[in-house]
Amino acid sequence: MIPVADGLFTWPSDQPQLIGAHFPASGVTTFPYVTSCPKTSSTDVHHVLLPRRGTLWSWTIQAFLPKNPPYAGRESAGEFVPYGVGYVLLGDEVLVESRLTMNQPDQISIGMELELVIVPFTTNDAGQTVVTYAFAPASEGTS
Amino acid sequence: MSNVAIVGIGIHPFGRHDASGMDQGVFAARQALADAGIDWSDVQYAFGGSYAAGNADTMVSRLGLTGVPFINVANGCATGGSALISAYNAINAGAADVVMAIGFDKHPRGAFDSLPAEYGLDPWYGDIGLMLTTQFFAMKIQRYMHLHGISHSTLAKVAVKNFANASLNDNAWRRTPLSEDDVLNAAMLSHPLTQYMFCSPGEGGIALVLARADRAHAYTRTPVLLRSAVLRSRPFGSFEVFNSWLSPERGDSPSVAAAKGAFEMAGVGPGELSLAQVQDTESGAEIMHMAETGLCADGEQEALIQSGSTNIGGTLPINTDGGCIGNGEPIGASGLRQVYESVLQLRGAAGARQVENAMTAFTHVYGAPGISACTVLSR
Repeated sequence: MIPVADGLFTWPSDQPQLIGAHFPASGVTTFPYVTSCPKTSSTDVHHVLLPRRGTLWSWTIQAFLPKNPPYAGRESAGEFVPYGVGYVLLGDEVLVESRLTMNQPDQISIGMELELVIVPFTTNDAGQTVVTYAFAPASEGTS
Repeated sequence: MSNVAIVGIGIHPFGRHDASGMDQGVFAARQALADAGIDWSDVQYAFGGSYAAGNADTMVSRLGLTGVPFINVANGCATGGSALISAYNAINAGAADVVMAIGFDKHPRGAFDSLPAEYGLDPWYGDIGLMLTTQFFAMKIQRYMHLHGISHSTLAKVAVKNFANASLNDNAWRRTPLSEDDVLNAAMLSHPLTQYMFCSPGEGGIALVLARADRAHAYTRTPVLLRSAVLRSRPFGSFEVFNSWLSPERGDSPSVAAAKGAFEMAGVGPGELSLAQVQDTESGAEIMHMAETGLCADGEQEALIQSGSTNIGGTLPINTDGGCIGNGEPIGASGLRQVYESVLQLRGAAGARQVENAMTAFTHVYGAPGISACTVLSR
């Protein structure tokens, strides 16, 4: 298994976390890591590991097969399984856009508790399973 | 005080055609020249663009090699609006007395397949299936419905209205009226938005001839004053397409500043409008843009739309020509289509969809990656 891109999340890991950028001068946190602050243009920046849990801010369900490219999935329209997409509020730091593991409206509501998971989404030319980050309903207890 | 009038208008019908995008632009340009009663050689400056149908300035080989300064404009969904603002500024600056603004386009069917690199993004964002404008619009209205009590029925009624208006417009693409049930029961593309709530990429062309207002009567008996034209890009905290993250510190959309600027420059308030054209990339966009542009407060859309206030004959008709939902979205032409329709209405020449006693009109275009252009026009 390989990640869809290096530097997006800690991997391999039992407790994966998204990797962002934090700009001390403005307090802005971005995902993924960038080198210039979109608010102040400051370049004083450091890496930050984002909270693994958060709450859903908004959502939709991708119900049709996206065009390839840019989509890297190799499934046909007939094989395509709709996937949820949402923005997840992590702490009070940043809203991150992500796939959701849920794909039915009655499984999804704004404000629900979510946690980060790493899921397979396609295979590459070498036959390797490519994994991405996603958010799933939070398990019981704390992490 | 603006000294700019629109004295000629031309349109190539929207929809799907055999003609190239450039052909459609030239068609619109010839019609606008005829409408103003002038020749191409009378045009002293031109601004134009398309997103996917070629460089506008190459049409001089078809219209005439007069040596006219012709500047290509490429500003995403605000391409047409940017051409218009450039024309407006050229006249107000005294650089020219007669200027053409032109926009045209031709897109393949289906959702736009934008590539991450075009938006400064890395490939992974497209790889995992996040590079779709439809997702952004769905998530923006999903959040808005949650906060401001907008119903699915109201989403559908916007599309019903725009198809009904398009059915009265020979230049529109989608002229078949649909019922609220037709819209609600169509394929759910990106929850809460169904197939008929979205506009589709399409084709078409618009050209406008602008002139000094104090000389406008030399060209037309019915000049329309372009009282303001304002473009803004996104401020920090706005919610836009293709963002892998947002700040919890929420800010305004660029439409807020563009509309405010346009009303202030015109010296006109939203309450004084006879009609408005606002960007309806999908039903939810029209609803949210009503509030962002100051036409109503957040949440008031539910009662306004349910009561038919935004229909032709209502207190503030919106998207009288069918909007993007009824006309499709040729990116380069969309913003200018709104102005074309406003001029028709203010001339009293809009036929079956004429708004009674139309005196003042407003247009609002919005698009990727977070740009908005607004105008105020009056008779």
